[in-house]
Amino acid sequence: MSLLRAIDRPTLIAGSFIVVILFAGTVYTVLTQGTATFIEPTYLLQQAKIAAFLGIVAAGMMIVILLGHIDLSVPWTIAASAMLATAVGGAWAIPVGLGVGLAVGLVNGLGVAFLRVPSMIFTLGVNAVLRGLMVMLTGGFAPQSDATKVMIWIAAGEPLGVANSVLVWALISVVLVFMLTRTPLGRYIYATGNREAATYLSGINTRLVLIAGFVICSLCASLSGLLIAGYASKAFQAMGDVYLLPAIAAVVVGGTNILGGQGRYSGTVVGTILIVLLQSVLSVAQMPEAGRQIIYGVVIIVMLLAYGRGSAARA
Amino acid sequence: MLYTLYSTLHPKGWTVDLLVQNSNESFALIMVSMAQTVPVLTGGLDLSVGPIMTMTNCIASVLVSGNPGALVGGIALCLAAGALAGFVNGCIVVFGRIQPIIATLATGAVYIGFSLLLRPTPGGKVDENLAWVATNAFSEMDTTFHWFPDGAPGWFTHTVGLAPVPILLILLIVALVWLPFRNTVTGRGCYAVGSSEGAAYMSGLQVWRSKVAAYTLGGLFAAFGGLYLALQTGTGNADIPQAGAYTLNSIAAVVVGGTSLFGGSGGAIGSIFGALVLRSISFCFRVFDTEGPLGFLANPLLQPIFEGVILLLAVSLGAARVFRVKNRLTLFT
Repeated sequence: MSLLRAIDRPTLIAGSFIVVILFAGTVYTVLTQGTATFIEPTYLLQQAKIAAFLGIVAAGMMIVILLGHIDLSVPWTIAASAMLATAVGGAWAIPVGLGVGLAVGLVNGLGVAFLRVPSMIFTLGVNAVLRGLMVMLTGGFAPQSDATKVMIWIAAGEPLGVANSVLVWALISVVLVFMLTRTPLGRYIYATGNREAATYLSGINTRLVLIAGFVICSLCASLSGLLIAGYASKAFQAMGDVYLLPAIAAVVVGGTNILGGQGRYSGTVVGTILIVLLQSVLSVAQMPEAGRQIIYGVVIIVMLLAYGRGSAARA
Repeated sequence: MLYTLYSTLHPKGWTVDLLVQNSNESFALIMVSMAQTVPVLTGGLDLSVGPIMTMTNCIASVLVSGNPGALVGGIALCLAAGALAGFVNGCIVVFGRIQPIIATLATGAVYIGFSLLLRPTPGGKVDENLAWVATNAFSEMDTTFHWFPDGAPGWFTHTVGLAPVPILLILLIVALVWLPFRNTVTGRGCYAVGSSEGAAYMSGLQVWRSKVAAYTLGGLFAAFGGLYLALQTGTGNADIPQAGAYTLNSIAAVVVGGTSLFGGSGGAIGSIFGALVLRSISFCFRVFDTEGPLGFLANPLLQPIFEGVILLLAVSLGAARVFRVKNRLTLFT
């Protein structure tokens, strides 16, 4: 029982849903092709590799959501860091890419923490500026967009039998879990997300906490951008657009309260895996795009109805 | 002001044609921004306005053609579908008690799915007469439908006839839908709920009714946008990036138009101007002379960054209050 209590309800429900998806998918493939593709280790490892990109973005997004904010500048942070990194190339590629993330995070954090612009609209503006910058710098086409060898190795190399990107994801996860549960910063993040005024009155500089949160999020996004560029062996415009909404969905399906202050990191990981598997199984089952979108939306709503309900409005 | 600058710089100057063209391009965004405004007033957010617009756009491309009866029926069905989609959003938010931002994110995916079911590839057609009439100056309505058998009277062609139909449509929608709604108990309830949900509940307001009505009205406005887009382009297109762009621009237009994202203050009329500001900015960049002192502004490669910077500046203007506050505690409320 103590083990069950240690795993919170959202994680448990999302986890069992993953099993259901895998089971349904396996039944489908056994019936149509006579193979159990979905439970073969090669397939699962392949999925883990793809999930790592979304997982790292979602990890950063979770920090910002825990603060009660949201970061809509993630798509072009991914694209900008990957494009600049590949354009610079050589040994400086990765530092430049992460530097972009750091800069974007600082701008977002300053805008939200000091100017007090609602994060949703401020990061939306930053996203537009980043897109403009990239179009300006590249003139609509990339001068040089090939990923460096190091980037490809980090994203797709498999020296330990598992793709390096999965190891990077695991490393980020360990660091974030440690940060959230064992350091003052982690407690400040939860406290700020719950009630910023109370946290401020407790003597905590909530502005710095907000900036730290946004920097972590943008750094994660840029790291993911570098990995995606390494995986696809090149950077391209709009490469990040498909990651924004799934990342938010993964965080929320994992049980994090979108208003901030509540949520566990394990939930985000489970949410990421759920969304990646759902997309993959539906595409293997040759579901047309229309059906995929509908099922995707319905699953999110059903999951949230199961455990994401807020309290009724009372004074 | 931006628009005046644009018109004077435009080679064609102040002409009806120009006004017609620009109001055509702005109509869908204006409607979607109005759609976004109502849920925002209640303190929520509707990320599915773009998808609802796309969905009605696709429905219109299937239904709005044929004889007059079918036309009217098709339009009514489109609007009903939009309102129904909004109603579903409202029910999920109110009775499912899921946060609006994430609930509408999910329903948005569902609506995009329906659009793709209807239109896997862009296509379909809408009634050409109707499309022509809806996207031109009002006087065309006479030449197309022959209201005046012996030629249009002078007062008609020179005054009312010059107004572009989209502008008239917006005025009509504001006068017949938005203003009456705002003055009902439910409509004023939306503002009350946005200001303080607890207080609204304690005052005996039907909180749930206001919220569901807000999302339903949002769906209806988005449906107007989608319907018009179908008339303007003549096709239905389940374009996912386009739906996303409209949703995000609508949030920007709402904020530029003076509605608080925390709910409770603002209105749909402000959002109309917000949408016009956003559109005028991009119109302006088109006309600057590349040789002139402002020529660098016309460089197409630089346009996206200027649009972004202006958007950012516009929303940061509200930050002025931060530097006036005496007690930093008030910042957090």
